[in-house]
Amino acid sequence: MEATVVETGTEGKTWGGGNQPLKASYGKMMMWFFIVSDALTFSGFLASYGFSRFKFIDSWPIADEVFTHFPFLHGVEAPMYYVALMTFILIFSSVTMVLAVDAGHKMQKGKVTLYMFLTIIGGVIFVGSQAWEWATFIKGDYGAVETKGGKILQFLDTEGERVALADFATNIPTARQVHNESEGVWYEAEPTKTSFTYEEVKAGFLANDNLLVRTQYLNEHGEPTVLSREESVAKIVNDGKLVVEGANLKHNEYGPPLFADFFFFITGFHGFHVFSGIVINIIIFFNVVIGTYERRGSYEMVEKVGLYWHFVDLVWVFVFTFFYLV
Amino acid sequence: MAHDNHNLAIFRGAVKFKSNVQKIWGVFVFLSIVTVVEVVFGIIKPAFLTENTFLAMKLLNWVFIILTIVKAYYITWDFMHMRDEKSGLRRSVVWTGIFLIAYLVLILLIEGDYIFEIYKENYIKFDF
Repeated sequence: MEATVVETGTEGKTWGGGNQPLKASYGKMMMWFFIVSDALTFSGFLASYGFSRFKFIDSWPIADEVFTHFPFLHGVEAPMYYVALMTFILIFSSVTMVLAVDAGHKMQKGKVTLYMFLTIIGGVIFVGSQAWEWATFIKGDYGAVETKGGKILQFLDTEGERVALADFATNIPTARQVHNESEGVWYEAEPTKTSFTYEEVKAGFLANDNLLVRTQYLNEHGEPTVLSREESVAKIVNDGKLVVEGANLKHNEYGPPLFADFFFFITGFHGFHVFSGIVINIIIFFNVVIGTYERRGSYEMVEKVGLYWHFVDLVWVFVFTFFYLV
Repeated sequence: MAHDNHNLAIFRGAVKFKSNVQKIWGVFVFLSIVTVVEVVFGIIKPAFLTENTFLAMKLLNWVFIILTIVKAYYITWDFMHMRDEKSGLRRSVVWTGIFLIAYLVLILLIEGDYIFEIYKENYIKFDF
């Protein structure tokens, strides 16, 4: 493409170099190379997610029940609406990006500046939303009990509504002595403390007859199995081990630990791509503003960074499907 | 891709736009509609789609995956200008990716299902 800045001086000679059999400049070709290899990285992540999910196909959490929050709407069940909105925002920032590329082809500096700016804003909103998703996911909703086998038990009332630990756990006063590193010969830092101990949850559960336990195993309708009261009591008393609130890499209240691990790794890796895309977009934006590409006579850099930005959008389309819909 | 030789027809020529900017907005509207359809399906979960399966997967999930690939196609073809690239570049990017990804996904999903059966039918228990 005429935008190439590097000239070899041997143009026109078949074997003299500088040929472009694919009619794409060096930079654009390399961006496509990178995109193909990055696509393989992401598909490696998503395929291993699929692998782990197939491995635990009968006990995988249902995304609709995990991602039910919408900012500023507390207590409103809004399954997936926010992720759908995030998808929409990212697709829209792709549109402004491609409009910037188009304006670049027509050498309209003002329009390129405006559209690049809008693209950056869209990206920032998206990353912010993702941070909020993470915070909500880590904080958790209802809390659960983990069994000795590492399975998650969630609590329901007899109407089938989820019940939070705080609604029934009894408070058992205990004395705790906090050790400090300076006082002991052998010192281990304390693990994260949950708001209730397993004993408190167990006592509260036994005291409330209308509570049932839901295991993470799915029944033939694809819904988690709800145990009868007797089974629930036996399960909690015999198998319960610790209280889980929210999610980290080892435990989460939603289901298998792998679920949270993949959530953090896949959306985190994607979020990092969006973040670096924003940084590159900002660099290109200032180059547009100070007229670098105007002087160069070509806005091809905008096109290259646009390819990257669309790729990030493309990846999100797949993450959205495989994490939230399927 | 030169300045003014954009291919302005989408849907195999059924819709033809007058300018590149118009095409961008047209594709955006199409992608939004597809996303809305996906979300509506995800919330309603029609019974005939969740109860019937094809190749061991719910029809609803097939719908999601096919719609995703449709979206990926239009993002790549129109936003990333694949439609305007030489067929050599297009094929080397698209077919390489599709072949490797399809192979990886196939082999990992079969293996995952196999391990699931082992856990279910045999005495091996796990804790991780």
